[in-house]
Amino acid sequence: MPKLTINGSEIQVPEGRSVLEACREHGIPVPTLCYHPALEPYGACRLCMVEVSSPPRPSRLVASCVHPCEEDAVIETDSEAVRKSRKTTIELLLAGAHNDPMLLALAEEYGVKEIRFTLPEEDLCVLCGLCVRACREIVGVGAISLINRGMARKVSTPFQIASSTCIACGTCVLICPTDAIKLKDITHFHSVHGADSEFERVYCQICDDVDLSPVVIQDVDVLVGAKVDQEADLE
Amino acid sequence: MQIPVSEIHEIIDREAGDEGSIISALEKIQQHYRYLPKEALILASQRLGVPLSQAYAVATFYNAFSLKPKGKYCLQICMGTACHVRGSPQLLDQMETKFNIKAGETTPDHLFTLETVNCLGACALGPIVVVNDEYSGQMTVQKSDALMKRLIRKEGLD
Amino acid sequence: MVSIHTAQELDTWRESLTAKVDPDLPVITVCGGTGCRVYGSEKVWTAFQDELTNQKANARLNYDVKVTGCHGFCEKGPLVVIHPQGIMYTNVKVSDVAEIVGETIVNNTVIERLLYVDPQTNEEIECEQDVPFYKHQHRLILGLNGLLDPTRIEEYISQGGFDSLKKVLVSLSPEDVIEEMKKSGLRGRGGAGFPTGFKWELCRQQPGDVKYVICNADEGDPGAYMDRSIMEGNPHLVLEGMIIGAYAMGANQGYVYIRNEYPLAVKHLRQAISQAEEVGLLGKNILDSGFDFTVKIKLGSGAFVCGEETALIASIEGQIGEPRPRPPYPAEFGLWGKPTNINNVKSWASVPIIIDKGSDWYASIGTETSKGTVIFSVVGNINNTGLVEVPIGISLRELIFDIGGGIPDGKSFKAAQIGGPSGGCIPAEHLDIPIDYESLQSLGAIMGSGGLVVADEDTCMVDFAAYFMRFTQEESCGKCVPCRVGTKAMLETLERICAGDGQPGDVDYLIELGEEIKRSSLCGLGQTAPNPVLSTIRYFRDEYEAHIVDKTCPASVCKGLITYSVIDENCTGCMVCLRNCPEGAIQGEKKEVHVIDADLCTRCGMCMSVCKFDAILVE
Repeated sequence: MPKLTINGSEIQVPEGRSVLEACREHGIPVPTLCYHPALEPYGACRLCMVEVSSPPRPSRLVASCVHPCEEDAVIETDSEAVRKSRKTTIELLLAGAHNDPMLLALAEEYGVKEIRFTLPEEDLCVLCGLCVRACREIVGVGAISLINRGMARKVSTPFQIASSTCIACGTCVLICPTDAIKLKDITHFHSVHGADSEFERVYCQICDDVDLSPVVIQDVDVLVGAKVDQEADLE
Repeated sequence: MQIPVSEIHEIIDREAGDEGSIISALEKIQQHYRYLPKEALILASQRLGVPLSQAYAVATFYNAFSLKPKGKYCLQICMGTACHVRGSPQLLDQMETKFNIKAGETTPDHLFTLETVNCLGACALGPIVVVNDEYSGQMTVQKSDALMKRLIRKEGLD
Repeated sequence: MVSIHTAQELDTWRESLTAKVDPDLPVITVCGGTGCRVYGSEKVWTAFQDELTNQKANARLNYDVKVTGCHGFCEKGPLVVIHPQGIMYTNVKVSDVAEIVGETIVNNTVIERLLYVDPQTNEEIECEQDVPFYKHQHRLILGLNGLLDPTRIEEYISQGGFDSLKKVLVSLSPEDVIEEMKKSGLRGRGGAGFPTGFKWELCRQQPGDVKYVICNADEGDPGAYMDRSIMEGNPHLVLEGMIIGAYAMGANQGYVYIRNEYPLAVKHLRQAISQAEEVGLLGKNILDSGFDFTVKIKLGSGAFVCGEETALIASIEGQIGEPRPRPPYPAEFGLWGKPTNINNVKSWASVPIIIDKGSDWYASIGTETSKGTVIFSVVGNINNTGLVEVPIGISLRELIFDIGGGIPDGKSFKAAQIGGPSGGCIPAEHLDIPIDYESLQSLGAIMGSGGLVVADEDTCMVDFAAYFMRFTQEESCGKCVPCRVGTKAMLETLERICAGDGQPGDVDYLIELGEEIKRSSLCGLGQTAPNPVLSTIRYFRDEYEAHIVDKTCPASVCKGLITYSVIDENCTGCMVCLRNCPEGAIQGEKKEVHVIDADLCTRCGMCMSVCKFDAILVE
């Protein structure tokens, strides 16, 4: 059971806790974007940065969601360095998602007065990867992934067309922190950004009742043709 | 282009067996066809048991992969630091103007693909231009102009 | 090929190989490094072969000719060195071959016109080792590069290769090896400089039977190519280092992660692995020690970020090269979740040398805190482009002027950029600093993987910084916000400044943002990406201000801030520029002074490079 100091108070936490989890358990607020308790931590949004000092080494910033609670660590969650880092990150997040209410509220809290860099087009998606991870880790489907890299990175289905594996469960829509993925209506469903795909509602094969799992109209397999499937089946 | 399924399976199977072999398989497919046909990507993901979304992410993440067919001539301009300070950006400008495409694009007639590459490690010869694996060193705007004219003439476009 | 099962058999094989070497037989080595190949060294080699066949047919004389790895002096290629004398010929052409055989091999006379001429003294220099470029070097890792045929394991064996492995397997425990590495003071040559011995110890101490060692050969720093040369020229040295390391850490499987842009290095490495397997130096029960080890090659597919340990691991696992947070470190949780040790090519290649000569000897080279030698690829505006291996602690001045031969065309030195996209520049006032990990860091640069780019007075430091920022921006994986968006914001600011649209406050914004990106990014790529910008601001802030306030580019580089015009007095009206201008921006009649239309001119520089009369002015 490591013992550590957070914001001047000594606390003891069970083995294996991340700093963020320890903070949450002790009611210490730390903003997050790419963190979700049901998913593996990812460490990408850098909003949850905290300052760790282990003298004589100079203090450094770490992402609390992925940083383990280490014995005798001294952690500050709201120091000047932390606030500066979060302020910069929020400003950078607003470069694309200019109008997201959650980010605007954070901007207010951290004193972001101007956005000095903006992307040419508004993009609500902040690439936190929650949808991709939820689809893979919770739904167990992996219909979407983070494609390309750098500034070109985005969430997409393969080939940016309707995915044959998507079950249109809507988890990605629910978990998205910036409402970047839209559920149009019950029957017609925008799967993910850039993939303007429509799904037809069908009945669940198991209970024959709830109409959740759809059939994909345009399917990647159609591209290859039945021939491939036949061959694959023969092997 | 018709992609023979058995041929792709053969390429994939040579790489299969090793965990993480999707990248090696895609490398071989890229080498063979000089791009990654959509069908091949789907086959590779099925054959190796890798989610298609992962295979697609891999194919779009790494520079070595291209989802579009490349031109008959692939002109690569080294953008390494040594080549940069010796004038490779000028060469790129010149080629972009000449072919009327941007780096990474292919001319509509599928003859020329223009690419920039990170350091090829032949810095003494910078700037370097590579045409289908053939290196030309110490390039100047005149030399590269001559090179392009030669290729164009060869294709009877002049 | 023989099959080696015991240490004794290795010795016997080595003896039989050395016995076959006739010390008096002339050996012509032709450099087969990538640089020399581009210059045409393969044709030169073939010509020597043909000449040999011809000579043999006439039973006149015999000599040996072989293609070796990179000699390092890439500026003067193709290089030919004739042993045993060590006579070095530069810029050798096929047409020189008959003369070299006739004069140097038959008559034992030196062909003066092919010798290297020292530009400082104007003297011709006969022997490779007397050329200033080589004289000031301390070539440990690169030592055998110019001597060996890298495609034959026999050559490496006869030069003492795998003797260190034998020593380790016969007489040292894994702990002894680690102790030896710790005492040597070797620090990771990939850039971060973490002590190698301690890294190994950490991996050894991890529980579990399955461990991995990885050779990071994803040399991505644009302008650095020493890893490539080592693998092309002496791949067995790297393998031997890996086998020793694997033994020390208890790993039975190794990987070499190598850039696919390096086809020759991949080929030589593949050959080296299969030869080592064939003779039994890789595989089961190596030298009857009970230790098993195999090596696989994984090709990098073009992503600079994969030089980062955790991204490299992800890539081997078949994922996108996305770094993950550390801890846990690869030593605890690496490839497939197993303890893994990753070292750079140069680090692995140093291992057999340390074991062979001893840690004390190795630690005697270098400075208090940085031991051994370091390899730089000295490129850019420098007379002697090439690979240079020097003791750590040598001064930058020695490196650039004594070894590198100074700046071409009588221009002045402006800065040396060390450490590539993660590094910084060092201006003229610090030329006398010793090159070691700490000194470089204190000046805002890093040792990095050894790229050293020399910038002369014609280099615009803002443009130079923008170049590196563009590179890291394009290579950012995009996972974390500060690196993905932050580097883009920095790049756009720099591009604005270069285009003449800079505003007051831009420099402060770059500093503020740069510092935050360094502190908040997830991996080494982002944490170092702002360095080239911050260090150019530190030393060349006036150049930034000139762009922003005066709207001028002092080095006349930035297109948005320069104009091309014709110098009336020099223009002969030859019409060459007019005909070559891709935009049709030049007007004029034959034998009349030409005029450039500034509105049509795209500042491509074509006119300037074709003008034979220095009649184009850029300002």
